[in-house]
Amino acid sequence: MATVTVGKKACSVNPLKMSQPIGGALAFMGLRGAMPLLHGSQGCTSFGLVLFTRHFKEAIPMQTTAMSEVATVLGGYENVEQAILNIYKRAKPEIIGICSTGVTETKGDDVDGYIRQIRAKHSDVANLPIVYVSTPDFKDAFQDGWGKTVAKIVEALVEAPKNTSRRDATRVNVLPGSHLTPGDLDELRTIIEDFGLEPTFLPDLSGSLDGHIPDDFTPTTIGGVGVEEVAAMGQAGWTIAIGEQMRLAAEAMKDKTGIPYRLFERLCGLEPNDAFIAFLSEISGRPAPMKYRRQRGQLVDAMLDGHFHIGGRKVAIGAEPDLLHDVGGLLTEMGAHILVAVTTTQSPILERIATDDVLIGDLEDLENLARERGCDLLVTHSHGRQGAARLKIPFFRIGIPMFDRLGGGHQLTVGYRGGRDLIFDISNLLMADHEENHEPTPESWRGGVESLHTASH
Amino acid sequence: MSSLSATIQDVFNEPGCGKNANKSEAERKKGCTKQLQPGGAAGGCAFDGAKIALQPLTDVAHLVHGPIACEGNSWDNRGAKSSGSNLWRTGFTTDINETDVVFGGEKRLYKSIKEIIEKYDPPAVFVYQTCVPAMIGDDIDAVCKAAREKFGKPVIPVNSPGFVGPKNLGNKLAGEALLQHVIGTEEPDYTTPYDLNIIGEYNLSGELWQVKPLLDEIGIRVLSCISGDGKYREVAYSHRAKAAMMVCSKAMINVARKMEERYGIPFFEGSFYGIEDTSDSLREIARLLIERGAPSDLMDRTEAVIAREEARAWAAIAKFKPRFEGKKVLLITGGVKSWSVVAALQEAGLELVGTSVKKSTKEDKERIKELMGQDAHMIEDMTPREMYKMLKDARADIMLSGGRSQFIALKASMPWLDINQERHHAYMGYVGMVKLVEEIDKALYNPVWAQVRKPAPWEDPSTNWQSKAIAAAEAEAAALAADPVKAEEVRRAKKICNCKSVELGVIEDAILANGLTTVEGVREHTNASGGCGACAIRIDEILELMAPVAPPIAAE
Ligand code: SF4
Repeated sequence: MATVTVGKKACSVNPLKMSQPIGGALAFMGLRGAMPLLHGSQGCTSFGLVLFTRHFKEAIPMQTTAMSEVATVLGGYENVEQAILNIYKRAKPEIIGICSTGVTETKGDDVDGYIRQIRAKHSDVANLPIVYVSTPDFKDAFQDGWGKTVAKIVEALVEAPKNTSRRDATRVNVLPGSHLTPGDLDELRTIIEDFGLEPTFLPDLSGSLDGHIPDDFTPTTIGGVGVEEVAAMGQAGWTIAIGEQMRLAAEAMKDKTGIPYRLFERLCGLEPNDAFIAFLSEISGRPAPMKYRRQRGQLVDAMLDGHFHIGGRKVAIGAEPDLLHDVGGLLTEMGAHILVAVTTTQSPILERIATDDVLIGDLEDLENLARERGCDLLVTHSHGRQGAARLKIPFFRIGIPMFDRLGGGHQLTVGYRGGRDLIFDISNLLMADHEENHEPTPESWRGGVESLHTASH
Repeated sequence: MSSLSATIQDVFNEPGCGKNANKSEAERKKGCTKQLQPGGAAGGCAFDGAKIALQPLTDVAHLVHGPIACEGNSWDNRGAKSSGSNLWRTGFTTDINETDVVFGGEKRLYKSIKEIIEKYDPPAVFVYQTCVPAMIGDDIDAVCKAAREKFGKPVIPVNSPGFVGPKNLGNKLAGEALLQHVIGTEEPDYTTPYDLNIIGEYNLSGELWQVKPLLDEIGIRVLSCISGDGKYREVAYSHRAKAAMMVCSKAMINVARKMEERYGIPFFEGSFYGIEDTSDSLREIARLLIERGAPSDLMDRTEAVIAREEARAWAAIAKFKPRFEGKKVLLITGGVKSWSVVAALQEAGLELVGTSVKKSTKEDKERIKELMGQDAHMIEDMTPREMYKMLKDARADIMLSGGRSQFIALKASMPWLDINQERHHAYMGYVGMVKLVEEIDKALYNPVWAQVRKPAPWEDPSTNWQSKAIAAAEAEAAALAADPVKAEEVRRAKKICNCKSVELGVIEDAILANGLTTVEGVREHTNASGGCGACAIRIDEILELMAPVAPPIAAE
C-alpha cells in the first residue's frame, strides 16, 4: 500500500536512527555471561554504554578493542587479541560477542580470520565461544544489527539435531525482534508456558536487563539465555520469530536444524494475537486457557472505550520498521490515521503499513510533516521531545531510547494484555491533553461550521 | 606532520597543565595519547570530549561529520541549559553511507552545511570530524573554508576525531578550534573594567545561574562563558575581557593560558563548588579586575556579598549538622570535583571515609590530603565488591558518585546521590551547596531504604547475595591474613601502570636492584608510566616510601 521513499537531504537533522553495532551488542546482552565487544575506537562503545544505561537504568556490560589512529591503519589483529585475552582474564565470560564498527570496516579487518589465529595461538580461549558479526555503522540501522547478530548466534552456536525424530514437540524457540521490551518477553513466556510449551528465547533480555537484583557483581551480563541452552535449541519442535527483522535468524535456524518457523509480523493488537493464540493452540494441542479468553474480552472492551479518543486521530509516527508496523497497526485498527510515517531502514514490511508513504528519514522530517499535515499525536522515542514541544501536540514515547521517562524496559505491547494497556496509556494521554488544552469555551464555535476545522476535538 | 598531529603535540606541550609539569621532555612529547587497553576500557573518545566542551554554545549549529554512530547514538544527552536558543540541542549529522566511504564525504558535508545555513541561519556552524571521514581523508578544514567563503558565515572545523585519544584531549582540541578560528574575530559593542571570562564551565543543570546573580549584583559582567549558555559572538569577542576564571580542572587550560599570552588576560583557577571555594573565587575575580584597573571599591562590594551569602548558607546548613552527626560519606568521583566537594561536605559536618583519586592529578590529591588529613583513605581502584563491603560495613551511610558505580549502591539498597554530569540538580555556589546538603539529607533519611532492604518472605537473610558477597570478601581477607606469602604476592600483584600493565612487585624489584630514585629510571627499567603517564604520581609515592632514610640535616 505505502510507497517507500528515501530522504534526499545531505544532512540528517535530529536522528531517529541508531547504529547497527549497538543493535548487535544489545542482542549479545540477551545471552548469559556475555561480554559484547565493539571492534572500533573507544568512543563507539562509550556512546552505546551511555545510551543503554540511560534507557534500562542498569549497569551495561560492553567493551571496546580501543582502536587508536595507528591501529586503524595497521589493522586490528593485536587489539582484538588483547581484548579477548583481557576480557577472558578479567570477566570470565561464557561468550564474547564481537561487532565491527565503521572504523574497522573502512579498513576491512578480517575478524573471523583473527579469531581463528587467536584460538590457535592461545589454548585458553581455543574453545571459548566467540561470535563475530559484521555491522558497519555506515550501513543499515539498529534493528538490522540485532537481526544479523541473532542469525550469526544461531549459525555459530545452535547444534543441528543428530536425530530429527527425537525432536521435542513441547519445546519452542522464540526469536524476538529488538522492538520487544524485557517486559514483552516476560509476557510472551507466560503465554507460551500456559499452553504447556517450553520456550527458549534468543536473545533473552528479560533475564538480563529487566532490573532485577543480581546475585553477585559480575562484569558480564547476568541472566539471559545460556550458551548450552542455545545449542539445545536445535531440538525444538517450532521456531516463532517476531518481527520481519527476525526472518534472517529464523531462516538460519531452519537451514541448520530443519525446524519449521512461523513469523509473526506483529504481536500488538487483536488480530495478531488471535493468530498467535490460535497457533499456540494448534502446536500444543490445547485449547486457549480461560485467562486468555478473559483477556481477549478486556482488549475488545478497551478498543471500544479507547476508540472514542484514538479514532480519527492524525498520527505522526517515527520508529524502526517493525515497531512502526506493530504499533502503527494497532492505532490504525482503532480508527487513527497514520498521516506521517518515518523510519530508519529498508524492510519489506514498510509497503504494508496502512499509510500513503513511508519515509526513511529523521525526526526533522517527522516534525515538519506532522506540522504540514496537521497531526495531533506524535509517537516516537524520547528524542521526539523537542519536536513535540514545538508542535504542541500530545507525545507518546515508544522504543529505544527512552531516557526521560521511567519504565521503558517494561512497556508492554504484546499479548491481549499489552494491547489493552497500550490503548489505556495512549487514551489517557489524549484525555489529559484535551483537559489541558482543548476544553470548549464560549468562543469555540463562534465561527460556525468554519470553526470546526480550526477548533480542537 | 599533519596539522592535526601538530595541534595535538602543541596541546601536549601545554605548560599550564599540572600533569605535564611532572613529566620529562620525552614523556611530554608522547603526551596524553594514552594507549588504551583493549577489552579493559570504555571512556569517551576525543570527539565526545570536543562536543562536551563546545556544545553548550547555544546558538551554534553543531554538525557531526561521520556515520550515524557518532551523533545518532548520543545526541541531546547533555544536561547543559540555555537561556536563549535551543539550536545547540538539534542533532545535525552527515550520517555518511557506504558510497560516501568509497568516494569521500566532502560533498555531502558541504551540502549539509548549506542546508543548515538555509534552514536554520545560525551565527556559525561547527563541524566535528570523526574517525571514518578522517580515515578516508576528508579534509574538513578545506570544506569549512570553502563554505565560509561561499556563505559568508563562520564555519568552524573542530578536528578531533575519536581515535586520536580520550575525552580530555578532545576538550583541549575543542579549545584549539576556538583559539584558531573564533576568539578575537569580533568586537564587543562596548567594554567595561568589569568584564570577565569564565572558561571551562558548561552550565550543567543550569548551575552557572546559581552564581551569576551574585556577579550581577557585585557589578561584574560575564563577557563570555566558554562555553556554558554561551553565544557565538560572545566567544568571538571574549579577547576583550579584563580577567578570566578557569573552572573544571584542566579541561580548557590551553584556552586560558593562550588568551593570557595573546591578549594579556590574566586568569586563575577556581571553583564554585563549596562555600569557601566560592568565596575565594569571588575575591580572586575582584582582585584580578582591580589589578587590571577596576575601581577598588569592587572588593568592598564583593566582600559584602560574600559575608551576606556565607552567613545565609551557614545558617541553612547548620540546621542539618545535628542530622549529619556521625554520618559517613563515601565519595567516588574523579578530578576536580573530588577536592571541591570534599570541602563542601565537611562544611556540612559529614565525615568522609574515602574519595576516589583515580582521575585526579597530583595537586588534587594534595588538596584532599590537606583537607582530610594525611590518613585519608584513598580509594584508587575499589572493586564493586569492596565498594559494597565498605558501604555495608556501615563505614559509609551514603555514597556520592557518578556513572557506573551508582548501580552498586542502588542494588545494595544504600542511599546514593548523583554528582555526575547527567545529574538533575545544580550544586554550584552558595545556593548549590545548600541544595546538595538538602539532597543528601533527603537521600539519607528516606524510609525507602529500610523498605527495600527487607528480605523477601522466601529469603533466608544469611544466604542472600549480600551476605554471600561479604562472606566471600571476608574469606579472601582471612585467607590472606593466614598466608603471608600469598598476601605478599597479592600486594605485589597490584597493577600500578594500567597502560603498560606493570605490577607493584616489578617496580619495587627494579628500584631495589638498580637503586632507582626517579620516575624516569623506573620507566627505563620497567616501562611503567610509559603510556599515559598518569601513574607517575603513584610511582613517585613508591619511590618516596622506598627511599633510603636521608642523613640527618646538620643544624645551621
Ligand atoms: S570513536 Fe570515532 S567513530 Fe567512535 S564515536 Fe568516537 S568519533 Fe565516532
